[in-house]
Amino acid sequence: MKKFDKERALLAVAGPVIALVAAILLTSVVLLASGKSPFEPYRLMLEQASFSDVQVLILNQASMYYIAALAVAVGFRMNLFNIGVDGQYRLAAMMTAVVGAHVALPSFLQIPMLLLVGALTGAFWAGIAGVLKVTRGVSEVVATIMLNAIATSVIGYLTLRDVWGVQVGNNMTTGIMKDSGWVPGIDLGADVGEIYGLVFLAVLLGVAYWIVLNRTRFGFDLRATGASETAAAASGVDAKKMVLTAMLISGAVAGLSGLPLLLGDAHTYSLSFPTGLGFTGITIALLGRNNPVGIAFAALLIAFLDKASPALDYATPVAYEKEIATIMQGLIVFAVVISYEAVRQWGLRRQQRQVGLELAAAAAQNTEKKEVAAR
Amino acid sequence: MKILYGMQKPDEGTIAVDGEQVAFASPADAIARGIGMVHQHFMLADNLTVLENVVLGSEKLYGIGSAARRKIREISDRYGLGVRPDVLVEDLGVADRQRVEILKVLFRGATTLILDEPTAVLVPQEVDALFDNLRELKAEGLSVIFISHKLGEVLSVADDITVIRRGTTVGTAVPAETTPRQLAEMMVGSELPTPETAESTVTDRPVVEVRDLTVYASGGASLGVEAEPSGGIGLAAEGGEVKKVLDGVTFTIHAGEVMGIAGVEGNGQTELIDALIGTKHADSGAIAFLGEDITGWTTRRRRVGGVGYIPEDRHRQGLLLEAPLWENRILGHVTETPNAKGFWLTPKAAQDDTRRIVEEYDVRTPGIDVTAASLSGGNQQKLIVGREMSHEPKFLIAAHPTRGVDVGAQAQIWDRIREARRQGLAVLLISADLDELIGLSDTLRVIYNGSLVADADPATITPEELGSAMTGAATGHLEHSEPAAPTETTDGGADATGPEDEAR
Repeated sequence: MKKFDKERALLAVAGPVIALVAAILLTSVVLLASGKSPFEPYRLMLEQASFSDVQVLILNQASMYYIAALAVAVGFRMNLFNIGVDGQYRLAAMMTAVVGAHVALPSFLQIPMLLLVGALTGAFWAGIAGVLKVTRGVSEVVATIMLNAIATSVIGYLTLRDVWGVQVGNNMTTGIMKDSGWVPGIDLGADVGEIYGLVFLAVLLGVAYWIVLNRTRFGFDLRATGASETAAAASGVDAKKMVLTAMLISGAVAGLSGLPLLLGDAHTYSLSFPTGLGFTGITIALLGRNNPVGIAFAALLIAFLDKASPALDYATPVAYEKEIATIMQGLIVFAVVISYEAVRQWGLRRQQRQVGLELAAAAAQNTEKKEVAAR
Repeated sequence: MKILYGMQKPDEGTIAVDGEQVAFASPADAIARGIGMVHQHFMLADNLTVLENVVLGSEKLYGIGSAARRKIREISDRYGLGVRPDVLVEDLGVADRQRVEILKVLFRGATTLILDEPTAVLVPQEVDALFDNLRELKAEGLSVIFISHKLGEVLSVADDITVIRRGTTVGTAVPAETTPRQLAEMMVGSELPTPETAESTVTDRPVVEVRDLTVYASGGASLGVEAEPSGGIGLAAEGGEVKKVLDGVTFTIHAGEVMGIAGVEGNGQTELIDALIGTKHADSGAIAFLGEDITGWTTRRRRVGGVGYIPEDRHRQGLLLEAPLWENRILGHVTETPNAKGFWLTPKAAQDDTRRIVEEYDVRTPGIDVTAASLSGGNQQKLIVGREMSHEPKFLIAAHPTRGVDVGAQAQIWDRIREARRQGLAVLLISADLDELIGLSDTLRVIYNGSLVADADPATITPEELGSAMTGAATGHLEHSEPAAPTETTDGGADATGPEDEAR
């Protein structure tokens, strides 16, 4: 029994390791093809990671990636593909910023309220896709992609000057939030930077994710639905309710993913607020195999590629394009999808064979005994 | 079998065709070598004609037009298959579909046919017809590999028998010199099972009462239409109307009673199960459970209330194949002890209980952390039976409880059902194995085209008589014509084959 546990752990690690090695090798091939050193960029990026200000950037970025990836992973666990995390995240961040700029409660009320606003906005936006799927059978993939585009327009409208927008130079913002809604971070000094206070929210969400999925009835139903819809239905799971709930949770988590930055640093939603977080979240959820610990590593890795790569442009004596990191991220996605499926199938077959062997050995002894006894 | 047809690669060993060693990378390779397979579940497109189905994927051979049609006619005539090329497949019965499958294989030039449990869906009369076809093929010099767990069939049709048990060859036999009993002993390696229930335990306490249960097909061709038996009669009244896949089904099952439902697959059994377990709601009629109307209850409420369910397709409905056994033990009973306490799961208790089930129900597994997919069908089924029985059901829906299960596990499952019946469990048994039905049931009903058309006394009925009712030929109460006669064995039908006979 222990052996199977160990083997499962091995299989779980084998997928990502193979994927990463493959992605790095392929990136080196790209570098070689463009006539550059195939190793130097990695060294430069690793060197970046040793600077504490870059480390803070990585950690802050990773916290947002982590939450976004959790939102995607909740959907993945029951075969729902929420591509709309990005739209949910942007809309939620904007609404939170607007509420934060117009409501001034004491901190201990203001911050929970802002978190709630973010989560509810995200859940609402994802819920639209959920309702469409449950009532009209609209694929959540299509619906959430559309909702991403709609979110962009809605945000564009709501940040107009005669709605909630405030113009600062060339930038449309939602106005500076009341400072009772600012979440203090861990200040490491002027030249190092500040770790967002809501990094802890990410950790908390990761723990909650694990507990809900693995230790509650709801989580079991959700996983069962993801593993086999028919078996779940026969076991008494109400598929429609499940789809809607999962969408709402996914959206709520997505809604929280922008808040570390918003409440910790930016304090306003503007045109320069980062986009694409939700899409990166998909990569990270895939790479982390929907596992809260795996996702944490994946989030750190992708954040590292993001934050360590800009230095490549200024490297001396030879500068490298920082897009190498983007290429690598893309290759990781490919490699991950392929290697996971291969490892999964190989693992299943291997286990079947092993169980077969073990049983055959045991059975051979048993039947011999029985046959003797029968005579 | 899968290896022989190129769907899976062997880890060791070789295959030789006509004395030549071969390796198949895909079914296409196998077909090129003249090996063709007729799957247990037909691979036909309903909305295409026979001709279109046959040429699909091998358009290069004879084109898709009149040359192909001529070829089909030629094959059909040569082997007496009676296949008409221009009929829509959806209008064909099960036996005809099977002949189309065989023709498909021959059309591709197969000289070796693999038939996987070909008789599972046929009534005895159709089995005889199939065997005639097979003899025809044999006479024309083709080889046939006939895979079946029905011993009588194997004995009557085969020239040479190889017995496989747990993945290894345990012996070979020549049919003329072998009795079913010897063969069965080779298969089981020990004492033989019999499905016969001893004394009646039926009480007069109704557990399940179903009144006028009617379910309409939800758009498109339903299962009911798809598998309409050949020579079907009752389908005329449709013109634009939605088909009733269940039509006014009424029955009562008492505590301690096993009610068997016989019928060719696709005559409403699936819908009946769905309506009873609540995955599909009745369009009219009522279901009462222990005197309470449960027609509007959700599946979960029914299951918690004491409805056990052994699904007909354990891979799709009974298990999470890639989850460990103990999680599969939770499936379907996630709200109940020992799996959960309130909102929280209790994995420890569930794991302990899984160990108990594995022990008590003789599930052969190295541990409870292996995935369900790594167990054999029989062991998966034992786990499911153990799981359902562990929650003290008052009503058990057992759909094909021993399908695809080895003889040893079959006996254990039968024992469990009998034991539970003694303790007052009401069982609805749906099976394609007529011997199982006759042997286990206290009352028998025949479902045909969505209605219960006939009832019979399992103590006297023979599989043949049941079989003719399954095609819709006989209705009402089936009286056995010669009550004292033992089950005939000469027909080579399903009757000669079941464990009931072998045990004698």
